[in-house]
Amino acid sequence: MELIKPALGLVFWMIVTFAIIFLILKKYAWKPILGMIKEREEGIEKALQSAEQARQDMHLLKSSNEKILAEARAEKDAMLKEARETKDAIIAEAHAKTKIDTDRMLAQAREAIQTEKLAAITELKAQVATLSIDIAEKILKEQLSSEEKQKTLTGNLVKEVTLN
Amino acid sequence: MPNTVRFLTNKTRTVALFIAFFSLLFSKSFAYDPGEDTLKKKTEVAANGEKKGFDAGKLITEHISDSYGWHLWGEGHTSVSIPLPVILYSEKGLDVFMSSAFHHGTEDVVAKNTYRLEENHIKVIENGVVNEEATAKLTDLSITKNVMSLLVSAFLLLWIFLSVAKTYKNRVGMAPKGLQSFIEPLIMFVRDDVAKTSIGPKYEKFMPYLLTVFFFIFINNLMGLIPVFPGGANLTGNIAVCAVLACFTLIIIFANSNAHYWRHIFAMPGVPAWVLIILTPIELLGVILRPFVLMIRLFANITAGHIIALAFFSLIFIFGEMSAGAGLGVSVLSVAFTVFMGFLELLVAFLQAYVFTLLSAMYFGAAIEEGHHEHEEHHAHDHVQPASQIDMV
Repeated sequence: MELIKPALGLVFWMIVTFAIIFLILKKYAWKPILGMIKEREEGIEKALQSAEQARQDMHLLKSSNEKILAEARAEKDAMLKEARETKDAIIAEAHAKTKIDTDRMLAQAREAIQTEKLAAITELKAQVATLSIDIAEKILKEQLSSEEKQKTLTGNLVKEVTLN
Repeated sequence: MPNTVRFLTNKTRTVALFIAFFSLLFSKSFAYDPGEDTLKKKTEVAANGEKKGFDAGKLITEHISDSYGWHLWGEGHTSVSIPLPVILYSEKGLDVFMSSAFHHGTEDVVAKNTYRLEENHIKVIENGVVNEEATAKLTDLSITKNVMSLLVSAFLLLWIFLSVAKTYKNRVGMAPKGLQSFIEPLIMFVRDDVAKTSIGPKYEKFMPYLLTVFFFIFINNLMGLIPVFPGGANLTGNIAVCAVLACFTLIIIFANSNAHYWRHIFAMPGVPAWVLIILTPIELLGVILRPFVLMIRLFANITAGHIIALAFFSLIFIFGEMSAGAGLGVSVLSVAFTVFMGFLELLVAFLQAYVFTLLSAMYFGAAIEEGHHEHEEHHAHDHVQPASQIDMV
């Protein structure tokens, strides 16, 4: 029975002591401790959030980098293609121009050759004619060098005419 | 309302348990009475020069009850104890003296009254006999062993938590260190697993009380496990201390209870009027019974732990009286069992602090619960359910 009979003195001291402990701890311990824990938790939360934000930003940056890179690559490809086309065009043009020039030159050469040839032929003809006249002159001189021969020839010619 | 029905059966179970406990306690205390009589006979026999027998009941009762001095070692008149101040107030005025003035109950103290220490109680003596009427009127505010232990634990609590608070202030935003890292998980445990889950979003208001109660009970339970000064007082196993703690919880429940709480007690919504005639008294009884059970649970658990440990040690001396060999043989078993019990008591020290805090938090949660959220109400009842199961602890 003794055990379950609360002693009033102890009740009094317990109320006083517990109330004092409670008030002191409430003001000087629990408030700062809970405040700090909460603050730290919020800090950690914030840090985690900003890390996540940074991660997303990085991801975004990375994807935009990739985009830029892809664009640059495409541009490069386009430029290369254009250059190649230009080169081909230039080469083709050069080829064409050269061909025209060559053709023209060939034609000129051919013309010149023709002209030269004609000139040469003409000259040759003139020389042949001169030579032929000279030879004929020489032959005539030879054939008509004596009386007899002149008579023979004249006779032959007359014969021929009469025979006709 | 299946939840209410289940809740009621739990409550009636608690009532039944409580009645059973009390009848047990009474039968025990009656059973002790003849023991005390034989004790008196034995002391008388001892005075006649015969060998005094070992009385386990007396030893255990002495250890778990309060006393005016702090006994350290020794027996009877040669024992050594720390004197503590005795503060008595009667119609004749205030008397303050040290408990050593009683000389272990052998001498009367003459002040404004004449006081005698009899069976660990101070009696007013008039003309050589005990004046029961004056004794009953005596207001006893003595710094007893338990009050001293209370003060020691108060200083311990203040020292621990003020220094931890200082560490927090000095280490803003840093990881906990030293004592702080031991205390912080406990604070987080009380906050996250006790307050947040039982009270809900408004838990912050109750945190200081819950933390104070938790650490007060926990530290005093642990100090009770230390056999020597400054431990060894059965503070949390004292009904007065448990009663005050339970009353604080009750006051906080009343101070924070809303209309919804009282409506559920006086007129449970959705219950026919004739049922209310039965239900309302039960609910009203429940309001008082809850803190009462809080008190009994803590008191009984801690006291039982002390009794068991002391009973195991008493076995050594009971068998030792038969023969020295039997005493030695039993001592091995007793020590082994006491070590085991010691570990169990460490668990109980934490568990009882937790249970007291958890149930207080649940009662606060029920008191501030808002009525118009039906789903939240069910949620709260779900939380109350395990509480009733913890009633069995």
